[in-house]
Amino acid sequence: MIAETGLAALWLAAALALLQLVLAFAGLKGGKPELLAAVRPAAVAQGALTAGAFALLITLFLRSDMSVLLVATNSHSMKPWLYKFAGTWGNHEGSMLLWVTVMGVAGAAVALFERALRRDTHMATLGGQAAISLGFYAFLLFSSNPFTRIDPPPPDGQGLNPLLQDPGLAFHPPTLYLGYVGLSVAFSFAVGALLTGRVDAAFARAMRPWVLAAWVLLTLGITAGSYWAYYELGWGGWWFWDPVENASLMPWLAATALLHSVTVLATRDALRAWTIMLAVIAFSMSMVGTFLVRSGILTSVHAFAVDPERGSFILALLAVYIGGALALFGWRIGSVREGAPFELVSRETLLVVNNLLLSVILGVVLIGTLYPLMTEAFGHKVSVGAPYFDRIAGPIALTLMLALAIGPLTRWRRDRVSVVSKRLLFPAFIAILVSVSLSIFAWDRMGILPFLGLVIALAVGAASLAPLWKRNLLRTPLFTWGMVIAHLGCAVSLAGMACDSAFTVEKLVAARPGDTIKTAGWTLRFTRIAPLAGDNWTALQADMQVDRGGTPVLIRPQSRFFASPPTTTTEAALLTRWNGQLYVVLGEEVEGGRWQLRIWWKPFVTLIWLGGILIALGGVLALVGRERRGWLMKWRARQSQPWEAVA
Amino acid sequence: MRKLLIWLPFILFLAFVGLFASGLFQPDDRIIHSRLVGQPLPAFALPAGASDRPALASADLATGQPRLLNIFASWCVPCAAEAPQLMALRQAGVEIDAIAIRDARADVDRFLQRYGNPYDRIGLDARSGVQIALGSSGVPETFVIDGQGRIAYQHIGDIRADDVPMILDRLRSAQ
Repeated sequence: MIAETGLAALWLAAALALLQLVLAFAGLKGGKPELLAAVRPAAVAQGALTAGAFALLITLFLRSDMSVLLVATNSHSMKPWLYKFAGTWGNHEGSMLLWVTVMGVAGAAVALFERALRRDTHMATLGGQAAISLGFYAFLLFSSNPFTRIDPPPPDGQGLNPLLQDPGLAFHPPTLYLGYVGLSVAFSFAVGALLTGRVDAAFARAMRPWVLAAWVLLTLGITAGSYWAYYELGWGGWWFWDPVENASLMPWLAATALLHSVTVLATRDALRAWTIMLAVIAFSMSMVGTFLVRSGILTSVHAFAVDPERGSFILALLAVYIGGALALFGWRIGSVREGAPFELVSRETLLVVNNLLLSVILGVVLIGTLYPLMTEAFGHKVSVGAPYFDRIAGPIALTLMLALAIGPLTRWRRDRVSVVSKRLLFPAFIAILVSVSLSIFAWDRMGILPFLGLVIALAVGAASLAPLWKRNLLRTPLFTWGMVIAHLGCAVSLAGMACDSAFTVEKLVAARPGDTIKTAGWTLRFTRIAPLAGDNWTALQADMQVDRGGTPVLIRPQSRFFASPPTTTTEAALLTRWNGQLYVVLGEEVEGGRWQLRIWWKPFVTLIWLGGILIALGGVLALVGRERRGWLMKWRARQSQPWEAVA
Repeated sequence: MRKLLIWLPFILFLAFVGLFASGLFQPDDRIIHSRLVGQPLPAFALPAGASDRPALASADLATGQPRLLNIFASWCVPCAAEAPQLMALRQAGVEIDAIAIRDARADVDRFLQRYGNPYDRIGLDARSGVQIALGSSGVPETFVIDGQGRIAYQHIGDIRADDVPMILDRLRSAQ
């Protein structure tokens, strides 16, 4: 009964989305407020129903109900409960249901809590949100039903891809999805504003918290995904420019640009058309990413099944929503008045520069990701690898970092070059100091990009702290703190990337138990290798005593075998020290009882993810700082007035 | 000019949709086909893969009659899905040999007990060396071998019910 109830809830939610769409547009078109009054309750009920359907699917997975096709093909009764739970979204149907659920819940939240938006734009936004949801409901109900039964049920399931059996990955997709779908709210806002023709500072202030929240989640999702790939795939790298990774990076780039441009719009009422365009592009990139991952038209290390039918469905959705929004943009943006003007030397200009550079990187990544597809259309097969992206995106990203250093030190509206350059004296001094010392100590050891990266990282680190200079730190607004910390996070990440690519030491050996290996100042004593059994896997585990002139520490790299489906995964042993990580992977047995071992010493590599966390933290502070007053005021207003009157 | 700029994203997007659509509807040729089609089988001799079937060597496959060589494994889910079609082919009088990949005899026995045994001979390819020599990249795969022991056709993936007549055709033309 659980599966049938879930399916019924889904159909009901789809019907409510249709109702919500019709009510919003009929109400706005005919100017009938009584129709509009029902829009918000419909959105709330729709959100509750999808959440209910998703909870039921989780229940089916936790109970290992093998009569449900999705459970049988993606779960196994022997699996630890956490992975049964995570198995709910570790597959195509489940993750699409998660997508719809997050959209439904976000829509309900927009209906309940959004009070800054003009009423007509609010209604148009809810109508837009319903229109997007409808397409995804249709996709689920007609082509990806997660509640299908099988008869007879198999005795046991096929299991979840063992690569996904990792606590990090169990929660990585939901985080990313929350981010993706949060951008759908920004998209609906843009559509709503285009329909009503009201794009102004008030609109931007209403949109900003949604963009910020989505951006924070995307940042966390990408950081977690990168760390997962680093320790689980066992190849020692942290970014592969894989289509699936790019699918999460592209919306993040667009959202970062949008975040800055919406701030310009909120503060200075400039960049109106550009902000709307970015809101459309950001969510479009989420959808394009989903399409690339789900349709199987690009091969990737972790893409889902190849399925042209589903691919065509998502392509149709893509064409309708993005095409529709872009056409709406072309048709309506002329009616949006130009915003406030600004001088050439001003923070606005630097934010425009930031926007343009981010868009260029986005374009580079998009072209690189789609290039194999383009050449295939002309009969050639090529693959675009990391060298292309590194070589092209790298220098642009470094330029962007320079804009990031100068921007916060420039005033809104107009500033003077001489004054700005004075403020930049200290970061410039740091840059010179770093480049001189690097040239002396490590000139022959590093490439030009890591060299520049390290110099710029340290200079930008100094520059991003500069806005706090000579300020009362307790009185500094949280929003400013957020900006400082997020920018510092970028510098920290960049420093980590530069150190990793410049100073990593790699060693590949074939060793017998009893052997001692020396590399990068470390001594590794390989003591023994022994089998080991886990919940639903068996493994070979190597014991190694490692030290660097201190007390030895035991580390245990593993090679794991999963029976269902049969797969081998590497569990790298990571030893974290303040100045870097030792990374050991156990490989295959070679002749004569010797084992392949891959050993890396990676100086300061952890800074990459620490930076990611700082960036997200900065976002949270900015969100709380900007919204806290608004929340308090709304709360007080609600205490003294009846519910509807505030809306 | 401004008008063009405003509509530019839309135009670019249309181009992308066209590109995606062409990628989506293009025949999928990512599958690697064996270069051995039309060539004689590489020589091999494998130990028996099941307790009640003889072992398999490449010489056993040149019998004057076209036959099927099925590559499977007891741990492979599509192989279980493929089993009824192989039984149907067997009932149609087709002779089928098999190579079990990265498998153990007890597991193969259990698999055959559960899904039926359409095979004359079964070889055990514990390290999938023969599979690689054959130019096969996954399980299941099925080769049509003509009477002289040459590979006439390679079928990648499981044989579905609607593939059966095609396989019979291939066998007939390999005569």
